[in-house]
Amino acid sequence: MALLSLISRYDWRGWVLPLALLLVWTLSTAFDWVDTRLLASPLAVLSAFSKAALSGELWVDLSASLIRNLNGFALGVLAGLLFGGLLGLSRQAEHWIGPTFHALKQIALFAWIPLLSAWFGFGEPAKVTFIALAVFYPVALNTFEGIRSVRRELYEVAQVLRLSPLQRLRYLVLPSAAPALFTGLHLGLIYAWLATLGAEYFFSAAPGIGNSMIDGREHFHMDQVLYGLMVVGAVGLLLNRLAQSLERRLLRWRDHR
Amino acid sequence: MTAAFLSLQRVHKSFALADGPLPVLQDINLNIRQGEFVSIVGGSGCGKSTLLRLLVGLEEASGGSLLLENEPIRGTDLARGIVFQDHRLYPWLTVEDNVLLALANAPLSKAQRHELVQEHLALVGLSGFAKAWPSQLSGGMSQRVAIARGLVNRPKVLLLDEPFGALDALTRAQLQDELARIWLAEGITTVLVTHDVDEAVLLGDRVVVMEPRPGRIRRVVEVNLPHPRRRDQLELVQLRQDILQDFSHSPNTALA
Repeated sequence: MALLSLISRYDWRGWVLPLALLLVWTLSTAFDWVDTRLLASPLAVLSAFSKAALSGELWVDLSASLIRNLNGFALGVLAGLLFGGLLGLSRQAEHWIGPTFHALKQIALFAWIPLLSAWFGFGEPAKVTFIALAVFYPVALNTFEGIRSVRRELYEVAQVLRLSPLQRLRYLVLPSAAPALFTGLHLGLIYAWLATLGAEYFFSAAPGIGNSMIDGREHFHMDQVLYGLMVVGAVGLLLNRLAQSLERRLLRWRDHR
Repeated sequence: MTAAFLSLQRVHKSFALADGPLPVLQDINLNIRQGEFVSIVGGSGCGKSTLLRLLVGLEEASGGSLLLENEPIRGTDLARGIVFQDHRLYPWLTVEDNVLLALANAPLSKAQRHELVQEHLALVGLSGFAKAWPSQLSGGMSQRVAIARGLVNRPKVLLLDEPFGALDALTRAQLQDELARIWLAEGITTVLVTHDVDEAVLLGDRVVVMEPRPGRIRRVVEVNLPHPRRRDQLELVQLRQDILQDFSHSPNTALA
């Protein structure tokens, strides 16, 4: 009875499409409806995955990508917070640098690649800088907007209570800006992973999950390409979940409505 | 005549607009005794809230002087507490921490601060809600917290800017009674701005009637009745009728 109610309460509708796709995928490879050189069977993908996992190859690639990702993310967040914070807290800074910032953010991320490779080469520094740049814009922009979102009414309370600049920052500005700040970090995390894959495609070869997928394509190992795709998706999902749970913890006060 | 505790002399205020200055307050003269409860009543646009903002120090007068104990009022000061119409609690702080925030710079130990906060939450009848979030409170409860926050510094003057204007009639009546009780217990000099004549006469020792464009004092009415008062007291009802007459002459000065 309890199991039955659990089944009826669980929303299984979201699983229908992926399972159907998996079925179609399995059938189409099993009955040769498609060229298995272009679309490996689920079983082949699974076995390639377990082989790479057991040999340790997968973990070398994955950890290389994650370290690259985190380095770029950390650098981008640091720069974004500092820059967005400066722009948000100082009217002067906004007048002098704001317009340039808003103009530069119109440049598509991938358009920076030729310049970055000219300056930083094709190795790790270029990749990390590229990722940092991807993270920088959403973090800086949301930090700026978060700080500017402080309500005038609440600011007046800080005035009436004679809070010092530091106390205003701690009790008013940071909490006011926190939701936007988290949006920035969250976006930064998503963009960082996107840029990590991009960096591995566009700069020189080195261990990394994106690189292993390129290798797979070059050697016509579609199973390798496909499991790489799934690992990339899984990591993205995990990072997203991580950010969400962190956000929920730190913004507890918003849940009581 | 004894020197006034809180004194406004020829106070003038105008806002700078694109097409020149707009006078909002003109020649305001008012002397308030220590411990007195003064109600300021008027329709919208009569400058009564601006007057309060001058007193708390969020705005500066364009002319004249505002003195508290013979000292000119300049900027905000913990000696002058305020309760706004919207409670203005910080949503990310608990009830307790919202009140505690007012003591952020008080030269007190942690234990003393907590004691003061508990004491003032008890004063407004919210002892059990110290750990609650503002979003969990009703409008009336939020306003109680705002009153506790306004009082916890033991200010010399408590300024109330239509504090019950956004509440339903039942809650408003209840909070008016509680305010009367708190004021009697604390003896704090209080200035209440309101558009509700009932509220003004129920609570005030004096009622300052204002008229708009530009905002100025029409007259000051003494309410010589002991506190706490009953709403249906005959004298109170008569006073209310009398004051309401002031607003019935011209339709565009009618109360909101």
